[in-house]
Order: sequence, then structure tokens, then C-alpha cells
Amino acid sequence: MLTVQFLLLAAILFAIGVYGVLARKNAVMVLMSIELILNAVNLNLIAFANRLQSIDGNTFALYVIAIAAAEVGVGLAMVLLIFRNRRSIALDELSEMKG
Amino acid sequence: MLAAEASHSVSQSAGWFLENAWLIPIIPAVAFALIIFFGKKLPMKGSELGVASMIGSLILALGAAYQWIQRVDGAAGHSAASLMKAGGESSPFVGPVIREWTWWQSGGVEFGIGQHIDGLALTLLVVVAFISSLVQIYSLEYLRGDRRYTHFFAALTLFSAGMLSMVLAPNMVQLILGWEIMGLCSFMLIGHWWEDQANARAALKAFFTVRVGDVGLLVGTGILFFSANAWTQQNLGVSGFNISGLSAWAMSGDASQSALTWGAVALFIACIGKSGQFPLHTWLPDAMAGPTPVSSLLHSSTMVVAGVFLVARVYPVFWEGLEITGTNINFIALIGGITIVIAALLAFVQHDIKKVLAYSTVSQLGYMMLGLGAGAWLPAVFHIFTHAFFKACLFLAAGSVSHSGSHHSFDMKKDMGGLAKKMPLTATTWIVSTLALAGVFPLSGFFSKDEIIDNVGHNGYQAFMIVGLCGAFLTAAYMARATYLTFFGEARGAAAGEHHDEHATGHDDDHADDHGHDVHGHDAHDDHGAHGPHESPKLITIPLVILASLAIVAGLANATPFGSSWERFKKYVEPSPAYVAAESTMASGPGEAITVVGWPSASEGGEGEAKAGCSYETPPVGEVCYFPAVSHAKFKWSKGLLSLGIVAVGLVSSWVFSVQYYTRRNRRLVGLTERSRVLRGGYLFLWNKYYLDVLYEKFIVRAVAYPIARAANWFNQNVIDGVVNASARISRRVAGWVYRNIDQRVVDGAVNTSGAAARGTGGALRPIQSGKVNQYGALLFAAAAIGALVLVIINT
Repeated sequence: MLTVQFLLLAAILFAIGVYGVLARKNAVMVLMSIELILNAVNLNLIAFANRLQSIDGNTFALYVIAIAAAEVGVGLAMVLLIFRNRRSIALDELSEMKG
Repeated sequence: MLAAEASHSVSQSAGWFLENAWLIPIIPAVAFALIIFFGKKLPMKGSELGVASMIGSLILALGAAYQWIQRVDGAAGHSAASLMKAGGESSPFVGPVIREWTWWQSGGVEFGIGQHIDGLALTLLVVVAFISSLVQIYSLEYLRGDRRYTHFFAALTLFSAGMLSMVLAPNMVQLILGWEIMGLCSFMLIGHWWEDQANARAALKAFFTVRVGDVGLLVGTGILFFSANAWTQQNLGVSGFNISGLSAWAMSGDASQSALTWGAVALFIACIGKSGQFPLHTWLPDAMAGPTPVSSLLHSSTMVVAGVFLVARVYPVFWEGLEITGTNINFIALIGGITIVIAALLAFVQHDIKKVLAYSTVSQLGYMMLGLGAGAWLPAVFHIFTHAFFKACLFLAAGSVSHSGSHHSFDMKKDMGGLAKKMPLTATTWIVSTLALAGVFPLSGFFSKDEIIDNVGHNGYQAFMIVGLCGAFLTAAYMARATYLTFFGEARGAAAGEHHDEHATGHDDDHADDHGHDVHGHDAHDDHGAHGPHESPKLITIPLVILASLAIVAGLANATPFGSSWERFKKYVEPSPAYVAAESTMASGPGEAITVVGWPSASEGGEGEAKAGCSYETPPVGEVCYFPAVSHAKFKWSKGLLSLGIVAVGLVSSWVFSVQYYTRRNRRLVGLTERSRVLRGGYLFLWNKYYLDVLYEKFIVRAVAYPIARAANWFNQNVIDGVVNASARISRRVAGWVYRNIDQRVVDGAVNTSGAAARGTGGALRPIQSGKVNQYGALLFAAAAIGALVLVIINT
């Protein structure tokens, strides 16, 4: 099977996602990058499930999709609130959590 | 060995009523809930629900009884051929219809709930449902206008549900459940008119006295469960609570004798409490404080036979545990014998008509116990059956007298007399039932009581046979006295038409719990006194007539004098003492009805004279016994005539004495107890009920409770306070040292040091908390990468 190719694709997606999370300033872009990371993980899970002929990975991927949907919902709501309060969603301007 | 080929068994259809007998207690239980929640809104205040549910139960019980008879007949016909081959004539073992569901589980032990239907259970089911129906119909009139009318019917219905579920219990747990429900309802119903202090006291007394015995029920069940569980699980696949399992275990020969003995003794102590046996009988006469229908249903015909039923239900345990055949005296027979005589003597000095009946009930329960204790299982069970009819009838007749004849008074000496002319129907039913109770041929009491006495003698308990005959004499005598005082002679008090509102004023103070009348909570018919005694309405007389007719004919159900074809009770109720293959007798799954009939592998054990078969030999491997081979006395007219003669002497002598004493005022008799010191002493001894109440309240309660209280106080003052004070001093000193050394130096030092350390670390890590999300993300991923790296290194 194409397990290796799947894993490579997942690794590339993951790397792009990490880059996005670390480098982008726009909060929406960061959320999208997180989606990429999650889907990279899903790809891994399904690739291994396919290779091992086990249903567990698929099941787990379904859970991840559900949780990702919830996470995006919460994340976008937060972004929306931040935008309403500050008229901006640039993350480098947000440092209220500084200890 | 014939066992292998002959002890086969076949499936036999049980029939709808038998398989669904568990519905019988469900109906009144549902009716109880409906009465409690909606009763007051219904047109008849909930009483219609109670009556309807009891009639529904009765129909189901009669249907089940009919199908049971068919089942036994079918088994007998089916097995005739195979018995011919075996050469025996003993009856086949007709398996009970058992269904059991898991009720709850705890620690791997399953507690079942369900039904165990056999002849004994069906006898009681029919009797309880029948008497309950009649008593509820009677109560419609008797309690009309009562202030707690709805609650009365609710409690009566709940009682019936409890009793019915106890009767068809397949295991001890359900039996205890029903037993306790009955105890609760007994308490509620005795104290129905709780505004009167005496009634509330009587209710409490009944409850607590019975509870003393109930401890035995729990202990006995526990002993039997822990001793029998392993055996029953292995051989029958049921738990040690199962009644069939316990019976088989007791008969198996593998049971430990001491466990059987102590289990039987503990269970019998519960029976002593519930069935009013000596020395815990004192609650039953006081329980007459309840309304008369309650006395009739709970405290004479049904609830108080629960103890007798328990002994009959797990009879093998008592049979083996107390070695009923091997001896000529045992615990059950002794208690039963004592109870017969002492209760019958007490009935002579009562003024209250219901108390005479109460002591009579205690005495008759003594007969049943004596019968069971002496191996006369069938006559004892048959006596439950016949006694229920005539004793319920007597109580209801007494209630009818007080309702319409004596203005709610139960005092025979003050407010009754000469009522036979005014209340002919009540008087007739009373007299019929009295003769049945006394055991006059051919009324029902003769066939059951005489059988008990006869069989007790037959089984080697000669001394108790004489006790039984004395009891028969006393029974006839006190009932003749009560009959004379109530229905004959001159009319006195309320019976003479005198209207007096304050019955209580003339009361003796030396028996404060003795009450002479029902203090009704209703004002609806205070007009009775105005026009004197009269016959009761139809709702009261019809149940009386039905019960009196049954008191006449019920004995024919097992009329031994007329030959074995009349012994229907023996055929349908007594289990066969046959070896049955173990695996064929137990249900294969939960809730599944057992429809199996087995029959004996060999011919022995048929007639009791041949001392062989179940209970004399251990059953063969793979087979079990469910019932011991009890022997039956052959009826002889010489014995029957002897007891009839004794009864006649009792009736006539007491009647003549009553006429002379109460009406003619014969000089030689009146005041005899004042003149003779011996008689005076005897009278006082009886009047004070053998001083048992004094013993319990003044001595046992005081001897146990007071010293315990005093000792507890002393212990409290000296030991506990001393310990507390000393420990306080010590702890104070220790605390001072601890404070100075440990607290100040060690603990505070540690706290301060760790605080400083935390502060330093915090200062060092502070720059990381930049507040920048991207930076946090970077840290997260870096940590994840390091973690992954570590995992890789560890795994390679």
C-alpha cells in the first residue's frame, strides 16, 4: 500500500500547519493551521488503520473530526469577540496574558 | 438399583393460572397504590378498589387451585403404569410451579423474586384471598363514616398483598419481605384509632413483641443460607435462600446437624412471635384494640398463621433439625402444647368478647404448632384451612354484635346477654362457628383438630395427645361460656336498650390496656342506642352466612373418617416423599416455569409405617427429597368418640355452670373466688395473664434496660469522661512540645524554604510568560518534539 506516501503527505501537512501556527499573525490563519495539523494526524491514523486492517484508527479519526469542528466553533467565536473589542485580530498585539 | 430407570420425569403443562400466579399479590399491591393516591377522590372513597382487587386475586387463586388439582390428577394417571412396574403405590411427586427472576444482586449473591406454587401455597392463597374479600365487604358497612376510611382500606389491601407474596415466595428473601409488610400493616391497623392512648400502645406492643421474634427470622435465614448455599448451588443450581433448595438440602443427609438445629430454632423463634406462641403471645390479645374486621382478618385467620406457614413451608429443616420423628418431645411441640393450655385457661377470665376469641386463636395456633412439631403436617395445615373460616366468622359475629347489638361495646358482662332473639342470624352463625371450633361432628373443626390430636399420639407424642384433649375440653368450655354470656340469659346494659355514652367510666384501672369497646371515629349512627339492639345490615350478615356455611362443610375436604377417597387435602396438598432426580426439578432459566413431575424410584415410603424412604434413608446419588415421609394415623371411631365425649362434657358443664352462675346466681358458686384462697389465687393469676406482662415490663425491660442505662451512665461518667479528660491533659502537653519544637522549627522552616524556592523559580521562569500566543505555540511544539525524540530513543 501507499502507507509511506500517506505518512509523508501527513508530515508535510503537519509541518505547514506548525509553520502557520508559529509564524502567522492573523488569528484566523492560525486556526486554519491548527485544522491542517489535526487533519495531518487524521491522515496518519487512517493510514495506519488501513495498514493494520483495524477499525480503531478510523473510529478515532471520526472523533478527531468531531472535536475539530467544536474547536473551530469555539475558536472563531473567540476571534469574533476579540475583533469586536479591539477592531483587530492581529495576535502580536494581544499580550494581556503576560505574567 | 431401580433408580436409574424408574426415576424419570416428564414435562407437564402447568396452565396459565399456575404459571402466572405471581399476579395474585400484584393486583392488591397496585390497588394499594391507587387507593393511597386517588382513593379519596373516588365515589366510594377507595373501598371499591380494595374489594375489586381482592376478588380479582381470589379468582386467580381459584383458577390456579383448579389447575393444580388437574395437574395432580394428570400426574397420578400418567404415572400409574410406571408405578405398576415399580410395584409401589406411593403417589407421584408433583413438582411445584416455580418461576424466579433476579430481584437484585449483591456481592455475587442473587436475590430472586417470583413464585413457588404447590398445594400448601395454594391453600393459603385461596384462604387469604377469600377471607380478605369477605372482610373488606364487611368493612364497607362496619367502618362506614370512619374518619380514616380510605386509609383503612389501603392498609387492608397492602396487608393482603404482603401476605399473598409471602405465601408464594420461592425463597426466604421474598418471604421475609412479605412477613415484614404484614408486620407493618398489623401495626397500622391495630393503631387505626390511635387517638385513644390504649390503641396506640397496643399497636406498639404488637410491633415490638413481634420484632423480638423477627430477629430469629433473619438469624435463621442467615444460618441456613451460609450452610446450604454451597450444596444447593452445586446440586440444584439455586441459592441457599431457595425454599426447594433448603428442603432438599435438609433432607440430603449432607447437611450439618448443628446448622439445621440452630437454623430451625432461630426460625421457630420468629414463628413464636408472629403466631402468638407462648411466651410471646401477649401481643395478640392486646391487638384486639384494632377494628373488628382487622382482628378477624389479621389476628385470627391469616396473618398469625404466617408462623405456622413458615414451619410448614420449610418443614424438612424443622423435621431434620429438631428430629421430629426420633423423639417424643421437641421445641415446637413443647411450645405448642404449653400455648394450647395457658391460652385456653386465660379465655375463661375475660370480659371482652374479642379477647376470648383472641386467646382462643392463640390456643388454636398452639394446636397447629403442636401438630407440626409432632410430625402431623397435614392435619396442621388442614387446621389452618378450617380455622380460618370459623374463627373469621366468630370475630365478624362479635363485630356484628357490637355494631348493632351492644352499641360498640365488647364487654360481655356489661353490655350483652339475650341477644339471640334480637339478632337471630348473627347468633346462628356464631353458634355454628362455636361448635365448629369446639370440634363437634360433623363440623369442620372436628376433622382438623381431631386429626391433629390423633396423629400426635400416633407419632409417639402421647403426653401431648393428653394436652390436646385437655385443650379440646377447655375450648368447648370457654366458648360455651362466651356464647351464654353474649346471646342468652338476661339482657344487660346496651343490649337491654340502655343508652350510655361513657362506656369507659366503669372500667377497672388495673388493666389499663384492656378496652371494652371500639371507640369509633364516626358519628353517623349514634342513633342505635335509641331503638335498642337489632339485626345487622346485609353487608355484615352475608359474609357471616358464607363463612358459617364454610365452617360447616370445609371439614369434608379431608374427612378421614369417611375413607381415603375423602382425603382430598392429603392428595392435593401434601407433597410426596419421593426421590426425584435433581437435575429435572430446577428451572433452566430465570422466569421459566418448571413443569416437571417426577415419581418415586422405589416403592418404599408410601405408608408411613414402613420406616423407609425420604427422611429415613439418605437419597441416592443425583436424587433429592423435598418432603419427609410423614406417617398418618388411621382414623378409629373409638378415638373420635373419646374426644367428642370430652367436647360434650366441656360444653354441657360450662353451660350449666354459666346458667347457675350468671343467671340463677347460685349461692354456692357466686363469690367462690372471694371465699376460697386457692381459687382466688388462681383467678388473680389468670386475671393478670400469668404476670407475663408484668414480667416483661417490670422485670425484663427493667432488668435489662435499667442496669444497662445505669452502667452506661457510670461508664460515661467515670471511664469515658476520665479517658477524655486524661487524653485532653496529655494532648495539651504533647501539643506544647510539638508547637515549640516541630511546628516552629521543622514545619515553619520547611514552609519558608519552599516559599523562597518557589519565588526564585518563578522569577527565573517569568520571561517565558510573554503573553504572545505564537510563542506559547512554539514552546508547545518544542516540548512535543522533545517528547517524541525521547520516545524514539527509548523505543530503539
